[in-house]
Amino acid sequence: MTVRHIVEKLGLTVCCGSETLNRHVTGGYAGDLLSDVMANSTAGNVWITMQVHTNIVAIAVLKELAAIILVNGRRPTEETLARAGEEKIIILSGSAQAFETAGRLYALGIGIESPC
Amino acid sequence: MTWIRADLHIHTCLSPCADLMMSPRKITAEALQRQVGLIAVTDHNSTRNAGAVMQASAGTSLVVLPGMEVCTAEEVHVLAIFDNLASALALQSLVDDHLEGRNNPDVFGLQVVANQDDEVEEFEERLLIGATTLPLESVVEAIHENGGLAVAAHIDRESFSVIGQLGFIPPGIDFDALEVSRNTGDEEANRRFGKYRPLPLMRNSDAHMLHDLAKTGTRLLVNEPTVTEIRMALHGEGDRRAEMDRVQDSAKRT
Repeated sequence: MTVRHIVEKLGLTVCCGSETLNRHVTGGYAGDLLSDVMANSTAGNVWITMQVHTNIVAIAVLKELAAIILVNGRRPTEETLARAGEEKIIILSGSAQAFETAGRLYALGIGIESPC
Repeated sequence: MTWIRADLHIHTCLSPCADLMMSPRKITAEALQRQVGLIAVTDHNSTRNAGAVMQASAGTSLVVLPGMEVCTAEEVHVLAIFDNLASALALQSLVDDHLEGRNNPDVFGLQVVANQDDEVEEFEERLLIGATTLPLESVVEAIHENGGLAVAAHIDRESFSVIGQLGFIPPGIDFDALEVSRNTGDEEANRRFGKYRPLPLMRNSDAHMLHDLAKTGTRLLVNEPTVTEIRMALHGEGDRRAEMDRVQDSAKRT
């Protein structure tokens, strides 16, 4: 499963990283407490969050996350967008809320298929 | 210069989560009894009760600074502490423009606006427990523009702290100090937060009930209890000093 596939199936807006959408997705993580995401997400995850602060890019770099999905129509701040561009982090945005977004990712098989 | 025992994070009955006993006169009496020389009134997103506590303490040895505990868009709590009400009210108008929602007292608790005689003036209708739509950077900037002290509240807590919400303290944010609660001992605090030096650590009580007032605090060696002097003391400048209360790491959490 690639990030591109998720973008198409969920109808997400690509805010940043359109050139790297073939990145492979191994699973997902949802959370707005960045300290928790930093501790518990794993490499290759798509991360569902409401947080738009520039620190989300740092977490994604540190944890080698496949992409960040902003929910509830949230958009990254300009500073976050600039940092994501520098760090080659994909940021997606969708109007659905977190519960629905996670459910639709599961329906696509993310979190069910083995990450190999 | 003199040493002053300070507790710069105190809620009043205006905060929905605080005890109704947290009234201007009772806070003043409790602080005096505990030999506290300086407090800051920091209700959630509001400075409306600060004036009453200042009036209630007038003529005593207690100095009261007006302030508030602002909840940013990221749900980070930041203490804003000022020298005078005019400065605090300037930040208040910014907060008011960026705070949505109405309080439901049955769910969140009463938000009592009190006067200096501990009488109920009215009930605040805004949902003070909510988050503003102001980003952390803007809040810290606005505090400084109005001459205030910006302290990252209870950074050892998972919820509503800058580190809990944002994973780490974003570089470039000009906090004057980082507040550690009494739940975290000195060694652990140094281990976890020493990397943020030269940002100084301080302790305050975050009291929501009278018996918690000044349960922990910070002693300040200053010429006078002003924002400028407090900032100098926290950074150890010009012979001013700050010593936060010692907390043993084995201390039982309460």
